[in-house]
Amino acid sequence: MRTQKTSAEAGPEDPVTDGGMGHGETASRRRRGLSALGSPARTQRASGNARAAWREAIAPGHLLDTILTGWLPLLIAIALIVLPLAWMVIASFKPPGEIITLSPTLLPQEPTLGNYEAVADSVPLGRILLNSVIVTTVGSLIKVVLAITSAYALVFIRVRFRNVIFLGILVALMVPPEVALLPNYLTISALGGRNTLWGILLPGLGTAFGTFLLRQQFKTLPVDMLEAAELDGAGHWKRLWRIVVPVSAPAIATVALVTIVTEWNSFMWPLVITDTPESMTLPVGLNLLQSVEGQTGSYGSLMAGAVLVIVPVLIVFAALQRHIVSGLTQGAVK
Amino acid sequence: MSLTRTSSAKREQRTRSLRDWAIFTAFIGPNVLLILAFIYYPLASNIYYSLLDWRLGSNSAEFIGLGNYITLFTSPTGLDMWRVTLIFTVSTVAISMALGLALALVLNKQIPGRTFARTAVFSPYVLSGVGVGMVWNFIFDPQLGLLSHVVAFFGQNSPEWYLDPDLALLMVIIVYVWKNLGYCAVVYLAGLQSLPRDLLEAAAIDHAGPVRRFFSISFPLLGPTTFFLVITTILSSMQAFDILRIMTPNGNGTNTIVFELFLQGFGVYQRAGYSAAISVVLFAALFVITAVQMRYVERKVHYA
Repeated sequence: MRTQKTSAEAGPEDPVTDGGMGHGETASRRRRGLSALGSPARTQRASGNARAAWREAIAPGHLLDTILTGWLPLLIAIALIVLPLAWMVIASFKPPGEIITLSPTLLPQEPTLGNYEAVADSVPLGRILLNSVIVTTVGSLIKVVLAITSAYALVFIRVRFRNVIFLGILVALMVPPEVALLPNYLTISALGGRNTLWGILLPGLGTAFGTFLLRQQFKTLPVDMLEAAELDGAGHWKRLWRIVVPVSAPAIATVALVTIVTEWNSFMWPLVITDTPESMTLPVGLNLLQSVEGQTGSYGSLMAGAVLVIVPVLIVFAALQRHIVSGLTQGAVK
Repeated sequence: MSLTRTSSAKREQRTRSLRDWAIFTAFIGPNVLLILAFIYYPLASNIYYSLLDWRLGSNSAEFIGLGNYITLFTSPTGLDMWRVTLIFTVSTVAISMALGLALALVLNKQIPGRTFARTAVFSPYVLSGVGVGMVWNFIFDPQLGLLSHVVAFFGQNSPEWYLDPDLALLMVIIVYVWKNLGYCAVVYLAGLQSLPRDLLEAAAIDHAGPVRRFFSISFPLLGPTTFFLVITTILSSMQAFDILRIMTPNGNGTNTIVFELFLQGFGVYQRAGYSAAISVVLFAALFVITAVQMRYVERKVHYA
């Protein structure tokens, strides 16, 4: 209702309707305003701000400045980011003849799904996708649960030496996974984990990042709340899942999203520990595809493969970008 | 009387602390075990492996002391790895930070459409390096690539990106910057938005132009952000792998430290001992850089 009123008020001279971008911004600001204060006055001002921004941006004295130092560089930046990805999607629907040509057209003249079929012919695509989905969901789930219980233990269970254990986890956070590549390969091989899903999963399950991040979050919770629950006879298990987890949902969502994206994209370890196509995850399968098809210039099927690994993450990112950005820029933005 | 009370209280406290320990172990034990087995144990065993002349899969290994380290710091292959790592790291860090700051300054203006632009610019950072490498392989292809068509439009021939090692290095630097630029832009944008507005407004009233305001006020105040970005982007550039492996599968003037670690251990040579030596040096380097950062962040937290 408020949305309708705002756009009705906008009037003919207000360019909010142009392109829909202004709308998106107004809406997101309103949401932020509401969640911050929940006051209608604040909401009104926020949408007013967006409109004021538009009015100022295109005011006669400012228009040239807005275009030259604002829209033009942004447009170039967006084009440079979007163009390669758009070219990927377009090429994935082009038949080979439209790729091996001196005068390519922007859009496919005879769009085809043949490239996706070609990918499925070169590698066991169904199996590889399933592997990736299993590794991503199981891996993320275990990691997030371990991070939650570990962080809870570090913050709310008073035992001696817990700071020593936290320090040990903190140091582990500084160890890049590449350093452990060779010994982990030997360990997992010795356990018979090559070309298995558990072999792909196991070495990455310990989570220093998630534990660290959630510990920071749990430390901000009011102690009284948990003490009250303790007096009511709630044990640690109950306090964790009934109180700590629900009130920390946003932070947990952030950790979960970052973990899911990282697992999905993970390449080096699965590359080392698998060499049969049936046991590969998507990035490793695409590496195989690249080494087979890269020689012959079958870019259509290569782009179809790239679409499969890139587009799901793009969709998740577009929907939940605020959580993901805040998780990935941790430490910078206090 | 009072004696019994204390001793029973003591006993109760002891069972309580035992119970706490049991719960603590149940909650954090699995994570600690995994970290010990797959992070700490590898760290230690790498140090041992690094002293061996040992091929992966071979049953015999010869103890050669610091031989692998000497190779790493004196042989042509070792020195070339350092040269490539240095060029790759310095250029990706410098270019992404400079362009990221420029972009952040634009995104910081109150212009419509900037929310969308911020999301778009950040998006490559979350994408699979494998997928991104494949996309850019297509763009850089000297015969069929988008870039070759653009170059042909100006009547030129496309450079041989994949044959010339210097061009190959330039190519992966371009792609790496493309993928990570948005991170720098978003972090700088957060820094810009936390600057004291009254200071900038006062300077504007005193007729300081936008350029002057940037160099005399904004940039110096962004010092902590710049420092943070230098550290984090050095760390991630030194760990670059996915794009390098996909665009130059066996290395072609693009063997930065982590890529070389992989190629030596798991590539054609299977030189496990040498690869382990690279791991140890990599860990030492990254540990020092991270420790510097942590110390600094700690201080910032205290005084902020």
